[in-house]
Amino acid sequence: MDFLLTEVQMELMEMVKDFGEKEIDPIALEYDHKGEFPIKIYKKAFEMGLHTLEYPEKFGGSGVNAVTATVVNEELGKHDAGFATSVSAVGLAAKPVLIAGTDNQKKLFADLTIHGAFAAFCLTEPNAGSDAGSVKTTAKKVGNEYILNGRKCFITNGGVSNVYTVIATTDSSKGVKGLSAFLVERDREGVSVGKEEDKMGIRLSNTTDVIFEDVRIPETHLLGNEGDGFKIAMVTLDYSRPNVAACSVGICQAAIDHCVKYAKERTTFGKPIATLQAIQFMLADMEISTETARQYTRYAASLVDAKKPVSKAAAIAKCFAGDAAMKVSTDAVQILAGYGYSREYPVEKLMRDAKIFQIFEGTNQIQRLVIAGQMLR
Amino acid sequence: MESIVCIKQVPDTSEVKIDPVTNTLIRHGVPSIINPFDKNALEAAVQLKEIHGGTVTVLTMGPPQAVEALRECLSLGADKAYLVSDRAFSGADTLATSYTLAAAIRRIGKFDLIFCGKQAIDGDTAQVGPEIAEFLDVPQVTFVSKILVKQDNIQVEKEQDDGYEVIEVELPALLAVVKSINIPRYPSIKSKMAARKVEIETITAEDLDIDNGRLGLGGSATQVKKIFSPKKRSSGTMIQLDNDKEAALELFERILENSVFSM
Repeated sequence: MDFLLTEVQMELMEMVKDFGEKEIDPIALEYDHKGEFPIKIYKKAFEMGLHTLEYPEKFGGSGVNAVTATVVNEELGKHDAGFATSVSAVGLAAKPVLIAGTDNQKKLFADLTIHGAFAAFCLTEPNAGSDAGSVKTTAKKVGNEYILNGRKCFITNGGVSNVYTVIATTDSSKGVKGLSAFLVERDREGVSVGKEEDKMGIRLSNTTDVIFEDVRIPETHLLGNEGDGFKIAMVTLDYSRPNVAACSVGICQAAIDHCVKYAKERTTFGKPIATLQAIQFMLADMEISTETARQYTRYAASLVDAKKPVSKAAAIAKCFAGDAAMKVSTDAVQILAGYGYSREYPVEKLMRDAKIFQIFEGTNQIQRLVIAGQMLR
Repeated sequence: MESIVCIKQVPDTSEVKIDPVTNTLIRHGVPSIINPFDKNALEAAVQLKEIHGGTVTVLTMGPPQAVEALRECLSLGADKAYLVSDRAFSGADTLATSYTLAAAIRRIGKFDLIFCGKQAIDGDTAQVGPEIAEFLDVPQVTFVSKILVKQDNIQVEKEQDDGYEVIEVELPALLAVVKSINIPRYPSIKSKMAARKVEIETITAEDLDIDNGRLGLGGSATQVKKIFSPKKRSSGTMIQLDNDKEAALELFERILENSVFSM
């Protein structure tokens, strides 16, 4: 494995940096306060192909590898973690299709998203979070159709998507082995969107309930075979965790950038606080966490590219980077002190944004279970 | 529509620093970018191509590293790119530059439109575009803020301080565009990747049918004697009152207070 980024990866990082500085930075704080969805800027990101990073070129996607995707997602996350979350959630929704779908299904998903639209992965339910096996949404086979019924919650892009990838049970007597994965278009009769969450952080992203009431889909919308759903969902999460971790690293880097600038400018007792060892130690610890999270994240992504087992590494990356984002952003608030705590300055937002990275796509407690499970096999 | 876009790679700063000893620009550590107005010129050409077909060829005169700027243009919709580069061209003023670029354009071949930005943010002369038009003997419109393609010519809007002129132009022609003409697009991941695969041809003095005495520093009609930063002046004071008469009195008081006139 090469530890250095390629010329292409650096060029793409520069491209996203330019986009982030010009389009996201000027509006992020305002949209965060209002909790609004900057659809025009999302559309620009779609035109750049940022929402279909790993989707194969053959189907119109950007076709970059997993390591490159983490580089792009880190840079996006640096500018706004909510924006990065909504953009990369399209990629998350695409993963079940890429893992288990036929070429026709891949083409269908591409037709619904590549031109510039959102998609959402629907796994979580009010009573099925960490225990994904408790999914109650049903898919009943009737003739050559499936009929879906159930309610999904905390769905990123739930209210704005053209298409959903949905985990539902086709045989509730079999537990996780009865779960199956489906493609469901937003405009199918019976698909509706519930309330939008008023979130603590990542407020530029859209999070809602998605409700299925007697939604009829053709049997050709089943991804893989009946009973494959749990496995598809777990592989999906394994593959997406490096991207979630990358976004956490972006938060860390944003926090560090603010702190380094502030520490050089802010004077107390007649000299910049950057000259104080207490501040230097904090900055160094922030850098240690961030660099370690960054390198491990890219390592986990390189396992995806090498088609090696990735469950443990992906869990470590997601967990370590998520915890790092929380710690580093909290320390950033401490370094900026009163200004850090003020909503007029951007670092308190980083702290609010960071928290979800210890929660979604498997809580960091679940990640530890995954890691220990792999160790004790 | 066959378009040629002339671009310049410039230092990324609106506040160029000057070495007080040598009176030259300090370029060390300043990243290079495509002159922002040239990006508008490229976007205008690409938009015309998207509607009317044809190709967009981008051209720059500069050192070998200017190829990066051309590469970026390729990712923003240009189809072909040429780097005009030779030691003989270095130190050229606007006259020698436009002479060389005009020769390069003749070599590239047939065109309907040449696009330039209204000026470069480093030299701010706004001369190279118009001079190219003169050397090629084609009509030119500067400060273009809108382009409309008609049956056998084009109609453009030329920005003025207090409105705009509508001008019809025969093709081929040269247009120098202003910022308000469009918002340049971002490259996409795919266009970035594709741009890497395009071969960029270098045009040297040997490739051109030109008089070598008119190139570079030696061929320049003007020489820069000194570059300096103007002294910063403090901004003026605006007197704004509801009533004009009161404002005039206030102004009068201030004039007296500051002894503008000896009385």
